[in-house]
Amino acid sequence: MRRTFLGMPTTAPAGVGQLRGAESFPAAARRALGDAQLRRNLGHATATIRAKSGAVIGEVPDWERLRAAGSAIKADVLARLPELLEQLEQRVSAAGGVVHWAADAIEANAIVVDLVRATGSDRVIKVKSMVTQEIGLNEALEGAGIAPVETDLAELIVQLGEDRPSHILVPAIHRNRAEIREIFLRAMPGVDPGLTDEPAVLAAAARRFLRQTFLSTSVAVSGANFAVAETGTLAVVESEGNGRMCLTLPRTLITVMGVEKVVPTWRDLEVFLQLLPRASTGERMNPYTSMWTGITPGDGPQEFHLVLLDNGRSAVLADEVGRQALHCIRCSACLNVCPVYERTGGHAYGSVYPGPIGAVLSPQLTGVVDNASLPYASSLCGACYDACPVKIDIPELLVHLRDQAPHPRAESAVMAAAAYAMDHPALFAAAQRATRLSRLTGRRGRGLPPPLSGWTAGRDLPDPPAQTFRQWWAQR
Amino acid sequence: MRIALFVTCLADTLFPEAAKATVRLLERLGHEVAFPPGQTCCGQMHVNTGYQEQAVPLVRRHVRVFDPYDVIVAPSGSCVGSVRHQHAMVARRAGDVRLAARAESVAGRTYELSELLVDVLGVTDVGAFFPHRVTYHPTCHSLRMLRVGDRPVRLLRAVRGLDLVELPAAEQCCGFGGTFAVKNADTSTAMLADKMRHVMSTGAEVCTAGDASCLMHIGGGLSRMRAGVRTVHLAEILASTEQDVVTDGRGGLVVGS
Amino acid sequence: MNARETILARLRAALDPAPAPVTVPRDYLRDGQVDLDLLVDRLTDYRAHVHQVAEPAVADTIAGILPVGARVVVPPGLPPAWLPATVTVRADDGHDNSEITAVDGVITAAAVAIADTGTVVLDGSPDQGRRVLSLLPDLHICVVRAAQVVANVPQALTRLNPHRPLTWISGPSATSDIELNRVEGVHGPRTLHIILLP
Ligand code: SF4
Repeated sequence: MRRTFLGMPTTAPAGVGQLRGAESFPAAARRALGDAQLRRNLGHATATIRAKSGAVIGEVPDWERLRAAGSAIKADVLARLPELLEQLEQRVSAAGGVVHWAADAIEANAIVVDLVRATGSDRVIKVKSMVTQEIGLNEALEGAGIAPVETDLAELIVQLGEDRPSHILVPAIHRNRAEIREIFLRAMPGVDPGLTDEPAVLAAAARRFLRQTFLSTSVAVSGANFAVAETGTLAVVESEGNGRMCLTLPRTLITVMGVEKVVPTWRDLEVFLQLLPRASTGERMNPYTSMWTGITPGDGPQEFHLVLLDNGRSAVLADEVGRQALHCIRCSACLNVCPVYERTGGHAYGSVYPGPIGAVLSPQLTGVVDNASLPYASSLCGACYDACPVKIDIPELLVHLRDQAPHPRAESAVMAAAAYAMDHPALFAAAQRATRLSRLTGRRGRGLPPPLSGWTAGRDLPDPPAQTFRQWWAQR
Repeated sequence: MRIALFVTCLADTLFPEAAKATVRLLERLGHEVAFPPGQTCCGQMHVNTGYQEQAVPLVRRHVRVFDPYDVIVAPSGSCVGSVRHQHAMVARRAGDVRLAARAESVAGRTYELSELLVDVLGVTDVGAFFPHRVTYHPTCHSLRMLRVGDRPVRLLRAVRGLDLVELPAAEQCCGFGGTFAVKNADTSTAMLADKMRHVMSTGAEVCTAGDASCLMHIGGGLSRMRAGVRTVHLAEILASTEQDVVTDGRGGLVVGS
Repeated sequence: MNARETILARLRAALDPAPAPVTVPRDYLRDGQVDLDLLVDRLTDYRAHVHQVAEPAVADTIAGILPVGARVVVPPGLPPAWLPATVTVRADDGHDNSEITAVDGVITAAAVAIADTGTVVLDGSPDQGRRVLSLLPDLHICVVRAAQVVANVPQALTRLNPHRPLTWISGPSATSDIELNRVEGVHGPRTLHIILLP
């Protein structure tokens, strides 16, 4: 029996939200790899964003210095997290907001449901937010008879298509324009039957569809990109204006944020507002950024609630190496450059956090045992580390987590035997000769025995050479 | 200069031609090559598969064997990457601060072949002759861990007779990743398929790189497809001269039949 | 223990032993000369329409943008001299949202503009008004004075007051959600005009 102490770092609970997949990464990836349309959509979209992002990052002469500053600010945040959260709470309260603390997904969902109920509304409008997907807020609201309406275009595509998000920034990245048109025609009430697949036409359809909902809904739920401890200011970065609608029109605004999103000072935003848009959508600046501090009489929501969420983050923080995953500003650059993500898409990762960051964050939030295949879902090529605007060393984290992952017994035996032989040169030389012998005598063809057969299924092994190097050297 | 060869377990066992070529090349350039016989494996496979504890004796062995040498070379970007970026970390996590310090010192003297040639020995024209159409795959660890940059390309450009063609999407991983190719064989194959498509689009007859492991992966795929493109380690190209035609008469690192 | 105490206790436990204090390197660029041409270039690149005119010409410029008889909403503190006689003007006095959504356009001033990124920032001052004004109408005309233009993001933050509601606007409403290409026009104003005064 494992006993958890209330005050000790704790992983995210199972059975709520979306941090754990139903199957292992290799199994899910295998299916995704067979989907030719998905491969094409992802290849096209990620190549587009890589080119755009590369171009606008190239315009910034001090990009590396900004990355270094961003990384250091986040390290500073983690080192002082408790005091910064207390300061944030104090400043938000002083500005007329109400701060709530949620130890996990269950508590956060209950807080939000109660707050919505208290307003009497049976509907909320939502700005795209990873954290509310992480905790399964929509399911909790629906369970309480409250309809959540996703207002971000890609989220709307996912919601209408009864699909799952597959990318941090563009949850419908796996859909192309033709598929989006079909989803709208099928599931969007009142849509023009003459809808074409022009992106501008599809966007206009979403505008018409959501306008009345924006005007008539009295509660909104958002996430936050940044929260400034020094001033109590919250910031949401977006493109379409749906965020502004949700943050401006309703009477009540409920913002849910992971505790790691706090930054110490107002000035720190000067770093992140340069890093995030260029790394994320490949723009010099995203179309809209909203910042608010508590309540402004006569302008915007007159009731503001901020929910601070742990849900496993304390457990991530407790790992001195692993905690750098909490630097993440959810830009999705690591997904866009990842050769694995580009081919499997996001669903294969099981969690709402896909790609390289998902492979290191999800197992830490849940405990490695619950996402044991994710740290291996990478060839350690390092492209993610180069792309990350806050310099998270994802390859180092992957290797670190592999060390904590449960290992198959047969593999452990092989690795132990190999390590022993490699520490005894005579044994090592004998093993080298045996490699040659077994290949020449026993096994036909160019295959290897399982589990290594997975590799030789699609490739030929070289013929073993007549001599190893050390035999050749000895005879020189 | 006296240079210790860190042959790497893979080249020692399966691709001795790359290692022999390294020896021939350095000797031709007037240097003395030593082969410390106590060496086995740098432990990268253990670290990358999640067995850091078992890598500790291998790190200790590696450090002990190579500490006496001022300059160490390996014909493998990924094994040099392991020495530079993993050995001290493994030692530190095992609580052995002294070993970590010695590992860092050895790492500081360990070079990938193109780094040794260009930075330490100061040569880009090594006097090689290789009359073939060649494309170069900059392997991930050379490219991003070691940042060898354009050193291999500068060396290749100076090879007489060699027609160097640029590889499209060169910076993308070939899908090997050691344990990755086994645990995620399907994804690895998908990555390899794209790499091979790009290699074949160049019309090159030879694909080269500084890592035997990636070449084994790419070459294994090309051989299975009977693609008519062979993989040759960078060291073998740099070792070939007009007089000294490459070992098997066809050009070295031949995978399959 | 309530949730607050639980979380804070967990975080404190997670930070034991205490990490070393961090010094943030701030050697990134902060200075920089204001380049108005760069601002125009960046604005245009993101499909904003830019008009460089002297202040007495603002009303005529707006008259050229809006058809005769167009209905516009304006914040209460907007200089009346900017408004042409050809349009019907409603000064905002707390209209409800359905009225604002029905107008043809909105005219505001700005607090700051950033040349590097092609951004204008509104801070809710009397000449900019409530946030909803620049959100619901489909067309936004924003008048910026050269003295309000800064070179880069760090300079913008030093000029802004975090205690005001801030809206940073870089081009018209857009989305990258369809195949990761930027297309203009979702929920915010689909047309953005910037009138840049000397
Ligand atoms: S890990 Fe880095 S690159 Fe990936 S989403 Fe987070 S901030 Fe962006």
